[in-house]
Amino acid sequence: MKTNDVIFQTVAKVVFFMIIFFAIHLFFAGHYYPGGGFVGGLLTAGAIVLLLLAFDIKTVQHGFPLDFKWLIGIGLLFSAGTATGSLIFNVPFFTHAYNYFHLPLFGKTSLHTAMLFDLGVYFVVIGVTMTIIQTIGESE
Amino acid sequence: MINLPILPILIPLVAAIVLLFLSKNVQAQRIVSAAAAAFTIIAAFAVMMKVEAEGIQTVDMGSWPAPFGITLVSDMLSIMLVLTASIITFCVILYSFRSIGSGREAFYYYPIVQFLLVGVNGSFTTGDIFNLFVFFEIMLMSSYVLIVIGGTKVQLRESIKYILVNVISSAIFVIAVGYLYSVTGSLNMAHISARISEIGAEPIITVLAILFLIVFGLKGGIFPLYFWLPGSYAAPPAPVLALFGALLTKVGVYAILRTYTLFFYHDQAFTHDILSLLALLTMIAGSIGALAYKDVKQILIYNIIIAVGVLLFGIAVMTEESVAGTIFYLVHDMIIKGGLFLLGGIMIYAAGTSNLTKMGGLIRLYPALGWTFLIAAFALAGIPPLSGFTGKLLIVRAGFEAGEYVGAIIVLLSSLAVLYSVVNLFMAVFWKNPENKLPEEKKQTASLFIPAAILVVLSVLYGVGTEAVYPYVMQAVDALIHPEIYIDAVLKE
Repeated sequence: MKTNDVIFQTVAKVVFFMIIFFAIHLFFAGHYYPGGGFVGGLLTAGAIVLLLLAFDIKTVQHGFPLDFKWLIGIGLLFSAGTATGSLIFNVPFFTHAYNYFHLPLFGKTSLHTAMLFDLGVYFVVIGVTMTIIQTIGESE
Repeated sequence: MINLPILPILIPLVAAIVLLFLSKNVQAQRIVSAAAAAFTIIAAFAVMMKVEAEGIQTVDMGSWPAPFGITLVSDMLSIMLVLTASIITFCVILYSFRSIGSGREAFYYYPIVQFLLVGVNGSFTTGDIFNLFVFFEIMLMSSYVLIVIGGTKVQLRESIKYILVNVISSAIFVIAVGYLYSVTGSLNMAHISARISEIGAEPIITVLAILFLIVFGLKGGIFPLYFWLPGSYAAPPAPVLALFGALLTKVGVYAILRTYTLFFYHDQAFTHDILSLLALLTMIAGSIGALAYKDVKQILIYNIIIAVGVLLFGIAVMTEESVAGTIFYLVHDMIIKGGLFLLGGIMIYAAGTSNLTKMGGLIRLYPALGWTFLIAAFALAGIPPLSGFTGKLLIVRAGFEAGEYVGAIIVLLSSLAVLYSVVNLFMAVFWKNPENKLPEEKKQTASLFIPAAILVVLSVLYGVGTEAVYPYVMQAVDALIHPEIYIDAVLKE
């Protein structure tokens, strides 16, 4: 008999977005409050794992048509690139730059290149977690 | 450019990231990894010239001043080792083109080799004790992958032991750093050194010295802690083994040399006696192993342990001359071990076995390989015009001057064991008539032979050109014997 998990799948679809938004909130709050790229990435990966539980690997791959191993590379490029940018300005490696900007919707906002580094961490954590889980899930 | 010392770490890192995207295209991977290794050599050489001209180079990461941020420090010792490691990695990458096999190549072999170089170069360059731990972990995680990649049964078995031992030693490393931080309140190596010389010879510092010796001894293969090494190193294929034998244990030796000259020099009567005792036992244990086995890989692996013992004895004597000898021998040993393992890989490939009793008569088919191996064997043992001589001479002479007669004599006797084991290897593989008829047709080994020969030639040049290398070594010794030079360069007082 085929089990029918329509309740699980419906709830998962809704909760998925709640987790994703919480993860993005944690990611952006990292500079001033607890949070940051690592926990944000882990939570995002957790949301995708929820979909993996509710559906199956093929469906989720259809929904996220990207190779998570590439995400690791892209994340590393972001992080290493942020640090390497200091070479162009001839300041010590890893020197960050920041300033305050008036953005249309957000008002006075501080933008900091550490955010780009964190974005790299975010991608690497998602990539690594999903690669591990998918590889174990697919192996017989 | 103020970021010059970072380049030998950054180039392999960027190359590794780029290689992640190229995993399907083996040809592109080969080109990128060889080019990156070549650029790393050039960068390391440029840094070395700068260190020679202007003294110790430091970069404060993120513009944070010295004790507060992470500082990368290139003194002459570290940049010499970085240059050597980069050259060996370049040769190993060239060697891998023919030998590692397309299965491994498609499964991220080249990026992992680059990550290993990041870890090794970073460990040599960093001036922060916790950063040293992080670079150790980069190096070790790459080595975990390299030891298991390919997935044969023996690799899987040995990788479990290897990972278990290294996870435990890394945990002890963290605990030791924690204790050191609670005693000194700093993680910057120069700052720790300054703080320790204010505290003086407290017993807790001696305890820490032994704790660090256990950690680095596990990584470097010192007498009671080398038990994991022979089995684990025999598992992976020849190019990986060459990387491990030439680089990994030497990082442990470098860390001992650095911490025992920078941190723990106040209670030498106790710490250096223990070092000296362990060095002797390491040499004896290595010699017994090298003489006992009838297997190409095992004989060469036990020679690593003998060399670690010799280096440790040089550190234990701790005079200017013995430290100079240690540095000479360290660079020599990295180059020649890389060369020997690559040559050993060709020998195993040519004969189809690594068992000495089943080999023989290879000199007829591979004369160049045979004579190159003999030269490498003589260099390893320290026959005068070749590279192993100067280092051992200085270590033995310093040992006699310091009154460590037993140690110096055991160093000399261990050279005899080394010579016997490798010449025995040479005679068994190349001269003796094989019991079972070997395959008569000659296998193509030219592309494997060239990178190995580069390393042997380098080693010969290093031995013949001792006069040219000497000023660089003395500059390295100067910063080790006088920690104030290092501290002043980092803290800019």
